[in-house]
Amino acid sequence: MPNTKELQDLVFQVRRDILRMVHKVNSGHPGGSLGCTEFFVALYNEVMELKDGFDMDGRDEDLFFLSNGHISPVFYSVLARRGYFPVEELSTFRLINSRLQGHPTTHEGLPGIRIASGSLGQGMSVAIGAAEAKKLNGDNKLVFSLHGDGELQEGQNWEAIMYAGSKNVDNLIATVDRNGQQIDGPTSEVMALGDIGEKFRVFGWEVMEIEDGNNLEQVIAGLQKAKTLSGKGKPVCIVMNTMMGNGVDFMMHTHAWHGKAPNDEQLETALAQNPETLGDY
Amino acid sequence: MTKYTDQGKQDTRSGFGAGMTELGRTNPNVVTLCADLIGSLKIDTFIKENPERFFQVGIAEANMIGMSAGLTIGGKIPFATSFANFATGRVYDQIRQSVAYSGKNVKICASHAGVTLGEDGATHQILEDIGLMKMLPGMTVINPCDFNQTKAATIAIAEHQGPVYLRFGRPKVANFTPVDQKFEIGKALMLSEGTDVTILATGHLVWEALIAAENLENQGISCEVINIHTIKPLDEEAIIKSVKKTGCVVTAEEHNYLGGLGESVARTLAMQLPTPQEFVAVKDSFGESGTPEQLMEKYGLNNKAIEQAVLNVLKRK
Repeated sequence: MPNTKELQDLVFQVRRDILRMVHKVNSGHPGGSLGCTEFFVALYNEVMELKDGFDMDGRDEDLFFLSNGHISPVFYSVLARRGYFPVEELSTFRLINSRLQGHPTTHEGLPGIRIASGSLGQGMSVAIGAAEAKKLNGDNKLVFSLHGDGELQEGQNWEAIMYAGSKNVDNLIATVDRNGQQIDGPTSEVMALGDIGEKFRVFGWEVMEIEDGNNLEQVIAGLQKAKTLSGKGKPVCIVMNTMMGNGVDFMMHTHAWHGKAPNDEQLETALAQNPETLGDY
Repeated sequence: MTKYTDQGKQDTRSGFGAGMTELGRTNPNVVTLCADLIGSLKIDTFIKENPERFFQVGIAEANMIGMSAGLTIGGKIPFATSFANFATGRVYDQIRQSVAYSGKNVKICASHAGVTLGEDGATHQILEDIGLMKMLPGMTVINPCDFNQTKAATIAIAEHQGPVYLRFGRPKVANFTPVDQKFEIGKALMLSEGTDVTILATGHLVWEALIAAENLENQGISCEVINIHTIKPLDEEAIIKSVKKTGCVVTAEEHNYLGGLGESVARTLAMQLPTPQEFVAVKDSFGESGTPEQLMEKYGLNNKAIEQAVLNVLKRK
């Protein structure tokens, strides 16, 4: 059983990191980052089998690809807290000469990042390629990926979803962050996505749901279940329901904080709702 | 001038196929992807001999480029193949973000470049691909001239670490460079020394440049012909050295004159040695249906066009 108290402490600290990072540079994407905090904390600290250190090839360890790269704050915070690079470096987010670019890149050599993402809809194809490389290498570890729900409006996803279902890429676990929000408003209004799980299913995927993606125990249990579904001939899709802006009351139930940073006063309010646990960077 | 013999007309795409066959036998990390154009890319033998290292992605080029980027993670050397139009312009952002910016060791290998694919018409005739690809930081751009050179280039790029765009074509053209030559990326090849004018040609127009040079020699004009198989990185040293001697230059390529070899040469000369230059290239237009020969004639891409360009540039010396 995971020590959920420790992980829950990490969730609070990662939320603080996210809020402080975007506040400092008055830009970035706190909403989706906060919504996926439990997912990242669980994935990197409980679910994935990882080697010490970082090398690009990542042989004999699980891999993760973030397709919706704009939620870089949560990715950076969790990578730093997992030891990929110094936690202090979070203070350079979006600043000039930083390895922590606005969207994740490999260009500056930040450990933990294996592909640039941010131009949406490309991550699943990359994850499939990495999964196929693992098969060729006789490497039985898994490839995880995360995608925004709005991001599924990009057509390349459906090329990739069709490929993975058709070609039995069963070492891939792709999670869709179903927060129902995108920049211009609710996904239901911008471009209704319908039954995402059913769409994956008819493309040949094994589909499961995490009912509350902001419940740490549910996320861990869901990801562990997904691992048991892998290796059986079908790629695995997790539809994970989350709340954009989770953990900060005024950022929830709206798309307003998709790409907007809090001001000083708002930061103070938000941090008060998320006490420091492991020490701020 | 140095004489070259056509060893028998062949298509450059078959040179690519022959190179892939050899790579399949010699480099276990090489994998190939194709978007429903196996026959056109001449990779049947690679697939037959290495079925586990081939990925048929269907008519889905964006996914093919992304998968290629992913396959490098784990040490594979992916060769992503399609027609030049669908392997570049159609998937520009995928190449930009997932391959070039991410610094992935992907080889984008494209057949049916230029107008000489012929009858299919302008929907399939890309004349902008060299420009698109050379503008991407870190991308190497190669446009070999014949079967033998395309085979050699294919083998060479597997050894090169970093993204490469390899461009070749459909028509059967003269095969005149040495069998089993060693291909050196970025190293221009002197084909024939001369003193009056430098002709810098790439791809299918290299052979046309040699014909033009021979015709001009009969008129008492001495042409230096250089094969610029690598457009990026450009062999500036070889170009400057030649132009210092001749004092004028003609560039020749099966591409739009915006963004192609000619512009790369013009930039180099503008910075280092301003020189009169004429461009044998498509004048900012789309192509159309026709036979390759008809199209080369109509769009000013054959030896006659090169000859005229030389006469024009000599007047500007």
